[in-house]
Amino acid sequence: MTELNYIQAITLAMEEEMTRDENVFVVGEDVGIKGGVFRATDGLYDKFGEDRVIDAPLAESAIVGVGVGAAMYGMRPIAEIQFADFIFPAVNQIISEAAKIRYRSNNDWNCPITIRAPFGGGVSGALYHSQSVEAIFNSTPGLKVVVPSSPRDARGLLKAAIRDNDPVLFFEHKRAYRLLKENIPTEEDEVIPIGKAAIKREGEDVTVITYGINVSITEKIATKLEKEGVSVHLLDLRTIYPLDQEAIIEAAKKTGKVLLITEDNKEGSIIGEVSAIIAEYCLFDLDAPVKRLAAPDVPTMPYAQPLEREFLVTEDKIEEEIKQLVRF
Amino acid sequence: MSIEKIVMPKLGESVNEGTITTWLVKVGEHVNEYDPIAEVMTDKVNAEIPSSYTGTIKEIIVQEGETIEVDELICYIETDKDETTEESNSAKEKSDIGEAVVETTNEVSMSHRYSPAVLSLSQQHGIHLDDVTGTGIGGRITRKDIQKYIQHRKSSVTEGTTQTEERTSKPVVQPQATQNYEEGYELTGVRKAIADKMVLSTTEIPHAWMTVEVDVTNLVKYRNSVKQSFKDREGFNLTYFPFFIYAVAQALQAYPILNSTWQRKKIVQHRDVNISIAVANENELYVPVIQNADEKTVKGLAKSVQELANKAKTNQLTQNDMTNGTFTVNNTGTFGSVSSMGIINHPQVAILQVESIVKRPVIIDDMFAARDIVNLSLSLDHRVLDGLVAGRFLQHVKQTLESIDENTSLI
Repeated sequence: MTELNYIQAITLAMEEEMTRDENVFVVGEDVGIKGGVFRATDGLYDKFGEDRVIDAPLAESAIVGVGVGAAMYGMRPIAEIQFADFIFPAVNQIISEAAKIRYRSNNDWNCPITIRAPFGGGVSGALYHSQSVEAIFNSTPGLKVVVPSSPRDARGLLKAAIRDNDPVLFFEHKRAYRLLKENIPTEEDEVIPIGKAAIKREGEDVTVITYGINVSITEKIATKLEKEGVSVHLLDLRTIYPLDQEAIIEAAKKTGKVLLITEDNKEGSIIGEVSAIIAEYCLFDLDAPVKRLAAPDVPTMPYAQPLEREFLVTEDKIEEEIKQLVRF
Repeated sequence: MSIEKIVMPKLGESVNEGTITTWLVKVGEHVNEYDPIAEVMTDKVNAEIPSSYTGTIKEIIVQEGETIEVDELICYIETDKDETTEESNSAKEKSDIGEAVVETTNEVSMSHRYSPAVLSLSQQHGIHLDDVTGTGIGGRITRKDIQKYIQHRKSSVTEGTTQTEERTSKPVVQPQATQNYEEGYELTGVRKAIADKMVLSTTEIPHAWMTVEVDVTNLVKYRNSVKQSFKDREGFNLTYFPFFIYAVAQALQAYPILNSTWQRKKIVQHRDVNISIAVANENELYVPVIQNADEKTVKGLAKSVQELANKAKTNQLTQNDMTNGTFTVNNTGTFGSVSSMGIINHPQVAILQVESIVKRPVIIDDMFAARDIVNLSLSLDHRVLDGLVAGRFLQHVKQTLESIDENTSLI
């Protein structure tokens, strides 16, 4: 067991996979000599050289496009988008090419690319460094979208993403990078399956379903509320597309009172889909309206700190929503 | 006029505490709203605390040089009794009342607003929702309230009435609507037993049906001729039912395969002929058993039927009265039925429905005759029985019944 923070776990996963399989390589802005702006690729250039850790020009479309081509040729690229906010020039490559190659070629070709991107706010990042972009990809069959909530999950899921034979979008909350630390069984080659949600906590009063950094925040609130006699059932989606419907239904039925949380803007976010699944399958087990806690429907996260806090899902908001559901 | 609190304001995003360096006012001094009342020092800024009200300083709580946390009380102020305050006060009161009213309306409406979870749980467990106290917003009954209620009921039921449990385990042939709400939940156990049993029977057993017509004109005559003397002698009415049980018991001896039970991959043929019969009381139908029916005369059977019926009516049936049945005879004719398809009493392999005896024109020797006709409907487990043996069995019953007349001495 080794204690690693979130970003160290990601670095370790890439290093291990590059050692295991020589087809794995990294491409992105500043990933080489600099070791990444968040230092996610720290040490990889020295260890694997410039052929396998490629500094790309400031052209996201090219980073993903090169990755898609290499992947179709049999390589296992890890394309890093420096900030998820900058992924939009590459969206055509991702949605129209990567996602559809297997289907379009009648299974002759496939595209085992992993696209990593730091996302999320609460770091005074304002417009270009705070966005949650996952909803763009959540309606594109052919893609898998993974958002790990802990260092251990980050390592295990990134390994699974790299080994997956289809394109995986891997979103890392940048506030989690140095905030979350955990003991990881580094001696094991732990691969955590994509598409499986995880029950983080068993509870009786309210079910919280969320993903990413809000998992650890909710865990903290749940621990606090436990002392007040409120027990929270917490499901971490882990993979937000395609969703683990079975786990969602089971978790919703457990308490009949469901709070869904995302940092994304409320309307059109993935938790709306989670809510729809619950409405379809759990009507007769519901004891309260399904509640969504999300960012307001405004274009971007403000820079001013009080406004940023207003925009973000905070501990206070989560606590308040849980309490309201308990009382209902 | 009212006493208000002034607290340490939050003077910056990351500021959690501050030190009062200088008080700018004294107790008894009059201040206007927003007038500075004290200077405060934090690790970020030095600032003045403005008064939140217009009024007179009543008491200073925090002394100069003291460090306190944000939102902690620093002094009391007695607000002026001017129009604005009054207005705002009364406005506040009004809004308070308004809220209270809203709250009460909520309570009224929410106590009868049931969530799907609450409704389905209450139906599943036969709970009358008026009996449950809601602890949710506005007195709403929550899922947890129902779960607690069920839990509580369970424990009180197991402590209290073994009778209830006994009833639950009784095999019951036909469901009948419950009317009495006080008994509502007790009966639910029975209802559940009925449901489980019926589902088991209909899903597991491949049913087949067969009906024969029996001419019981002679039996009717015979029974009518002995009816009065029987009643005088025995003290109860002689019905047709014992005759049918008699005929069935005879036929079961001839075709013992119908007197068996299905026990997983094994057919157990029973030596004893124990006939289950349907007996009703006010709310339920039980299937008590006449043990060794083949060893009894019609009179003996009549007596057994009478005894079991009485016991059912007075709730005195015991588990012993209900066990070891090997074949069921159901007197559907009581309800005027002329044709029905019985559900087999699992694990038995057949059930016979005795329908109404009706007078019908039939042709005998090319002549019309008015005869007393009864339909006997047999449901059979097709895993165990085939049409051939079932048909022969019914023929046997038919012949026995048709041969009963004034000359037989069965009584």
